[in-house]
This record gives sequence, structure tokens and C-alpha cells, in this order.
Amino acid sequence: MTRISEEQVRHVAHLARLAVTDEEVHKFTEQLDAIITFAEQLNELDTSNVKPTSHVFNMKNVLREDKSELGLDREDVLKNAPDQQDGQIRVPSIIE
Amino acid sequence: MSLFDHKLNEIQSMLHKKEITIPDLVDESFKRIAAIDGDVKAFLTLDEENARNQAKELQESGKTGILNGVPIGVKDNIVTKGLRTTAASQILYNFDPIYDATVVNKLREAGTITVGKLNMDEFAMGSSTENSSYQKTRNPWNLDRVPGGSSGGSAASVAAGEVPFSLGSDTGGSIRQPASFCGVVGMKPTYGRVSRFGLIAFASSLDQIGPITRNVEDNAHLLEAIVGVDPYDTTSANVPGESFAKNLTGDVKGLRIAVPKEYLGEGVSEEVKQSVLAALKVLEGQGASWEEVSLPHSKYGVATYYLLASSEASSNLARFDGIRYGYRAENAENLIDLYKKTRAEGFGDEVKRRIMLGTFALSSGYYDAYYKKAQQVRTLIKKDFEDVFENYDVIIGPTTPTPAFKIGEIIDDPLTMYANDILTIPVNLAGVPGISVPCGFSDGMPLGLQIIGRHFDEKTVYRVAHVYEQATDFHKEKPEL
Repeated sequence: MTRISEEQVRHVAHLARLAVTDEEVHKFTEQLDAIITFAEQLNELDTSNVKPTSHVFNMKNVLREDKSELGLDREDVLKNAPDQQDGQIRVPSIIE
Repeated sequence: MSLFDHKLNEIQSMLHKKEITIPDLVDESFKRIAAIDGDVKAFLTLDEENARNQAKELQESGKTGILNGVPIGVKDNIVTKGLRTTAASQILYNFDPIYDATVVNKLREAGTITVGKLNMDEFAMGSSTENSSYQKTRNPWNLDRVPGGSSGGSAASVAAGEVPFSLGSDTGGSIRQPASFCGVVGMKPTYGRVSRFGLIAFASSLDQIGPITRNVEDNAHLLEAIVGVDPYDTTSANVPGESFAKNLTGDVKGLRIAVPKEYLGEGVSEEVKQSVLAALKVLEGQGASWEEVSLPHSKYGVATYYLLASSEASSNLARFDGIRYGYRAENAENLIDLYKKTRAEGFGDEVKRRIMLGTFALSSGYYDAYYKKAQQVRTLIKKDFEDVFENYDVIIGPTTPTPAFKIGEIIDDPLTMYANDILTIPVNLAGVPGISVPCGFSDGMPLGLQIIGRHFDEKTVYRVAHVYEQATDFHKEKPEL
């Protein structure tokens, strides 16, 4: 049984904002199917009463004092932007 | 003999006696790089002019310290202000960081001189450095073999004598495995020990920066310089800094060692097993004792890791969209198209594969079955370690199941490549510290002994590693280049 179809791979690629060719869809479907099948060995374990670990230590709400600090300089921030105009980053039009 | 064959304290003593100068040290580094990096290909970017200027300034300043004036290489996923940082990806081919990582600031305070940025698997995803989009780094012990990964450039540069030490990062073994493959010492500290601010994030709950060196004592010195809580990394731990180097007492009498049977089982080569058993005998001879134990969930580590690390990566790498920095695709029809084309053209195959796996594992309808399940198994793996550490001081096994493989040998087989990290991954999942130290050779290639400790007990890990190192000669061997 295959775990993941080419159609699903196309959908996942869209969610991940990755353009994929037909050839890539074919290759990734095979490879992801193998990896997901491998990962399903975790189902051998009963974890119904096990709490998930997202972080190894019990750290919660690490806060700093609520006072303003200077951020990054605008000129510095724009230095790496591929396209810019009038001190702002330029992107393709997003409103029709 | 190279200046870098000396330990840090010897180098400092030579500087103090004016037998050498700081510019001599930097010169040694660039001469060696000029002579052999065409073969080894460890460096992606060099910073020669700045390094030489800094050397002159430090020489004149009269500043002292164990790391002062010593050249270092930095993995290319650690940002360095004004020095190109790519994470070995085309998507950051022109990225010029506007601040320094916290570890880079700390190194500057300690007086090290960054000579350049080191090659790696793209975004630290890989175990051979073959996933770099720029070049393939080669193992100094045999140029047909991989240096390991993802910190392959960091380990190869130290093994080849280009720098006396380097920084790497370790998410599932990326410091320890290349250290093992290249015959050097690599430490992954406890999660939270070292600030991740300025480390280009791969899997934030697992990533940790650490030192790669020629010997244990230097490793302890370098880690001391970079640890500490950081307001810019809320996951950095507020534990007191310790003098790891001063605690190398040379004494392991009464030390209780656990040897997981899973670490000497299926898939681990006979020569690797024999070298670990020989190492245990050495430590027994020094007054330690060992017993076989079980880490019963070890075999689920790789699957757990690939689900969790890929899920975190799919989220972390969303920032590479061609808008604020890095590569941007041309001729996009609209914003979504711009994202898709930029990412398709900017990322390599392994990165795309993991982003897609992670996106799938986090997607609606699959989250509980894959992502949450893996988080639950992570709890079981972490508990395996806690149980063993109730009765033992350290856990010892091999770092990798086999020595370095040939370039191109398994690059097209992701699952076989992932299996390389079977002995290192559980350490990241549990968040405990682990070191790899040279422990023998197989077919002319170095092998590594992995020593794992309790959370924040790097002190004991270093002490054991040091006793073993001093009782053996493997760390004195050097590749012929």
C-alpha cells in the first residue's frame, strides 16, 4: 500500500511553497513514501498515556523586562533585500 | 611539525616567551589552506585581510587568554557580520549578515581570529557534506571518502591542520559523526548550554553549537568560552558556567559506565565493536567499571528524529522566500509564484525532501499520526536515558556504526544515509551532552568513541574523554596530505 500519492505530494509542495516538475513529483512521491513507511514503525509503540516532548526542559514563558530597545537599523535591514525602492522592500503586486 | 600540533596552553606559552607571534599563527593557517584546501575543500569563504589585521592588533594590544590570537574556522550556518554566510545553500548565495551570532561575539571577546567559513550540508541537512550546493569536502585521511556531516568542513579543516579548532553545529550527530570520521574531538553540549542566536535554525528543539578540536583539553577550553545564558535565545539555560578544563583531573576511579547493548548490535561493524571494547578495557585499567544496559527505544530514534527535525525545518525554512534577503527568482507572475520559484531554484533536493516531509507531518489530518506520535516517542527515548543515568555516570558506545564511506556511495539512498546517525540521534532527542574522541582505525580510516553524560554534566564527559585520550595514542595520528 502506498502511504502518499502524487496528488498529495503536489498539495504538500503547494503548502510548502515549492514549485515542482512532474519528474520531481514522481521522485519525491517514491522517496517520501519510503520514509513515511519507515516512520510508521513508531506505531509498534503504545503511546496512549505518554505526554509529548516538544522541549527537553520545562521552560515556560521566558520574558524580558517590558522596556523599549532599539531595533535594527533600516539601512542595514535593507542591505540584503533583492529589490527595494524608497526605503522599502519591493514585491510583485498582490492586489489585482 | 605544524604550530597547530601544539595544544592551546603550549601555544600560549610560546607566545608569552615571544618564540612566535599572533601573526605567525594566522600565517600558518593561511599557508596550510593555500597548500591543501584545493584538495580538502573545507572552506567556503576566507577572510584573510581582516584576519591578518586582527592578528596585528591583538599582537600589539598585549591582551592575554588561553584562546587569544588563535585562528578558528566557523561553520557557515553561524552568522558573521560582514562575512558572507550561506549555510551552503544557493538561496543565501549573497547573504551578508548584519549582526554576529552570540558565539561569534564571545569568541571575539576571547580573542580568537576567524579565518573563514566552513562547508557543510545545505542547512545542516545531511551526514556527508555532499549536500553542499557549492563543493564536496573530502576526508583528509582519504580524499575519496566523505568527511561526514553536516559539519564536514569543520572536522576536515581541523584534521587537515588548517586551523587548530573550529565551531560546528549538531542536530542529530552533525558534530560527533564528522569528528569521528576525521579523527578529531567533537562535543555536542547539553541542549541550552550554548546560545543559538545567530545559528541559522534547522530544528530548534535539537540544534546545538559545539567545538571541534585536536584534543580534549582544547575542546574544554573552547566550550568554556562560548557557554552561557543569552537574552536573545530564550532556550539558553541559566546554569552557572564551569571550568571544564580545570576539572580534567585524570581520575576515573569508581566511575560507573553504562554500555547500551543496542549500541553494539546489528549494523555496527566488527572493528568498531572491538575498538569500543578495547576502550572500555583502557578505562577499566584506570579504575572505572562498566556494565551492559539497555536503551530500549534506541531503534525508534531515527524515525522520531526525521519526523520532528523535518517538521521544525519546514517551519524554520519558511523565512527563505526571496523577499528580505538572499536569492530571488526572476519572472514571477505574482507573489505566490515568486515564493515557489525562488524556493524551487534556491533549495537543493535534500532540503526540499525534508521540507515536504515536515509539511506533510504537520498537515491537517496527519499531525496526530506523525508529529505528535514522534513527540511521544521522544518522551520514551528521553526516559531511557534518565533511567540509565540513575545508576551510571556516563554512557559509552561508538559514535558511528562504520568508518567514513566513499563519496557518492549512498547519496541517492536517503534511508541508508539517515541510518548513519542511529547512535548519535538519541542524544539530541534527550538533550544530553555527547563527545566523540578518536579510538582506533579501520582500513586506515579513524573511528570515534562516544561518551554521553547527564544534562549539564559536560564536566564528567570531558574528564572521562581526557583520561581515555591520555592513556592512548590515537589522537596523535595525523593524516598524510
